[in-house]
Amino acid sequence: MEFLSDIASLINSTLRISTPLVFAAMAGIFAERSGVIDFSLEGKMLMAAFVAAVGSYFLGNPWLGLLLAIIACVSLSMLHGFASVTYKGDQVVSCVAINILIIGLTTALAAAWFGQAGLTPTLTEDQRFLEVNLPFAESLRDVPIVGTIYSDILSGHYIFVYLAYLTVPIVFWVVFKTSFGLRLRAVGENPSAVDTAGINVFAMRYKALAINGVLIAFAGAHLSTAVNANFFREMSAGRGYLALAAMIFGKWHPKTALVACLLFGFTDALQIRLQGVELPAIGEIPVQLIQALPYVLTVVLLAGFVGKAIAPNAIGQPYIKER
Amino acid sequence: MATVDKSRVPWWVSNLIVPLVNLILALFVSGLFIFIAGENPYEAVRLIIYGSFGYIEGFAYTLYYTTNFIFTGLAFAVAFHCRLFNIGGEGQAYIGGLGVFLVAINFSFLPVPIVWLLAVGGAVIFGAAWAFIPAYLQATRGSHVVITTIMFNFIAASLMVFLLVDVIRDTTQMGPHTVALPEEQWFPSFEDFAGIFGIKIRYSPLNISFLLAIAASFFVWFLVWKTRWGYEMRAVGHNTQAAIYAGISPYKNIIIAMCISGGLAGLLGVNEILGVHHKIVAGFPAGYGFTGIAVALMGRNHPIGIFPAAFLFGILYQGGSEVTFDMPNITRYMFVAVQGVIILFSGALENLFRPQIENFFVNRLNLKAKA
Repeated sequence: MEFLSDIASLINSTLRISTPLVFAAMAGIFAERSGVIDFSLEGKMLMAAFVAAVGSYFLGNPWLGLLLAIIACVSLSMLHGFASVTYKGDQVVSCVAINILIIGLTTALAAAWFGQAGLTPTLTEDQRFLEVNLPFAESLRDVPIVGTIYSDILSGHYIFVYLAYLTVPIVFWVVFKTSFGLRLRAVGENPSAVDTAGINVFAMRYKALAINGVLIAFAGAHLSTAVNANFFREMSAGRGYLALAAMIFGKWHPKTALVACLLFGFTDALQIRLQGVELPAIGEIPVQLIQALPYVLTVVLLAGFVGKAIAPNAIGQPYIKER
Repeated sequence: MATVDKSRVPWWVSNLIVPLVNLILALFVSGLFIFIAGENPYEAVRLIIYGSFGYIEGFAYTLYYTTNFIFTGLAFAVAFHCRLFNIGGEGQAYIGGLGVFLVAINFSFLPVPIVWLLAVGGAVIFGAAWAFIPAYLQATRGSHVVITTIMFNFIAASLMVFLLVDVIRDTTQMGPHTVALPEEQWFPSFEDFAGIFGIKIRYSPLNISFLLAIAASFFVWFLVWKTRWGYEMRAVGHNTQAAIYAGISPYKNIIIAMCISGGLAGLLGVNEILGVHHKIVAGFPAGYGFTGIAVALMGRNHPIGIFPAAFLFGILYQGGSEVTFDMPNITRYMFVAVQGVIILFSGALENLFRPQIENFFVNRLNLKAKA
């Protein structure tokens, strides 16, 4: 039984840890399918975490914090679009600029408003999202197997966890089953053909970026108003990049990207579990090396042991209407 | 938007006026941030200028930061000419520092100048090695170098903390750092030179690495614009298909460009370890690697541009620390944000006013020619 509950808690934390990655990967799919590179997921996630925490602290309601985070992230997406779609600047440079700007700005403002350490004040229970217990979770707990799966693994997560996994089929449907999705993908593959068909390439890219901003805001709010009760310096810790790697590994497809996100989440959950544990034959692995595990995995996955990733054809190229 | 005949735009308009306008815009936005943080932007500018020029030690600090930014700026620029975004300067510098320390401590029986040469070599080799894996993966597997180099920054940080805590730590001390190098190996500092001329000044971290940075600038200029390899590399960066058609191997050039880039970033370790700390302290690259991106983009990826850009960031860093002393609401992170704004305006948004400015000057010159 010890072993079984270990497994259950590992799966439980995998679901929780993967949540921001899933939101970010879905956000990335919208931007990149439309032909706009988005390395700025990292910066936007951090911005969302900051805005959600500060907003919720001042307004007393986590949903208002989330709303402000959405507004902030959509604005950043628009900035990225302004630089790289309208003014045809380099998309990667624009993303790097946004990331560095946000790392600096969030910490600097947190320090200016709340003191030198760059933390925002701890949120009270009213100001943050709490775990949701599914109906009958308590009464089903003692039923073998079903109880473990339902009560220990599925129940008791933050609302964002459920939303994240709900987002995946919706993204799939939007991208692959609607005319909007068809246009979106076409803009990323062959913008001049889409333009010839009378569809505004620039408008499509801006719409994709707007959706991208909304989705990434959820990832940030999850970090600062659900899992943690405040914002701290660089709290996104490379998750935006991990999600991007998961998306590439998942070949810009929601379902496979989800699998990759879960794999990252599992590695991270395992990493936390392994700290300070004596392994047979190897002994205890130093904490610093274990912590590097998700990053090493990213490199390994990107090296593509499962085939080379093919990006949308027009990715990274600004669209120029008339040459 | 009327298009401008590029050939008729004078060089000083596109290479001086436009970057200057972008910089002014960026500084204006940064002023707004300082205002939001609850401080007076004018006062901040005054403090920055006083802190970086107002007294000799302050100026020495400015040049010390300039040294670091020249190294990391050159590193980013070399890779960028091959259209590679080496965001990993931070990790490469960290590992480069490990190279400096290991060489210096293990060859301490040799005469000091030879140790210095070897240590510089160690920095270059270790930095280049850390850039090699992302380069190899980019060249052969197409794994995007931005993600892999960022991951290598995280991995380098973990690895170095592991080494500093468990392997090469000075066990007689509490903090995660190594033992100090023997004193004769320390680079001569600015105050030593001033002492020769009988001028007594207080401590500053400026040392002869500054000269190494100047030498590295010449090296990069020669390499990129005057050698066959530099030509090949720029060809790959400009148009990979055309380069392949001309018989130039993109694989080879991607790997060489990244390794040279990593080696240059590694030189930051020389300044920090032989010149300043004399041992490895945890986290010594302190964001210089990222600032290199802003420096290179502002300097238009040319050593002649990188020097003033690095100097400008030196002023911002040193003047910035003066600001953080006097203004409780401003932390050094504010200047990280300023870097982001500068990258935004001089990199991503560089075309914002370019057509208007170029038009303006071309029309003025036309009028003059007619008159």
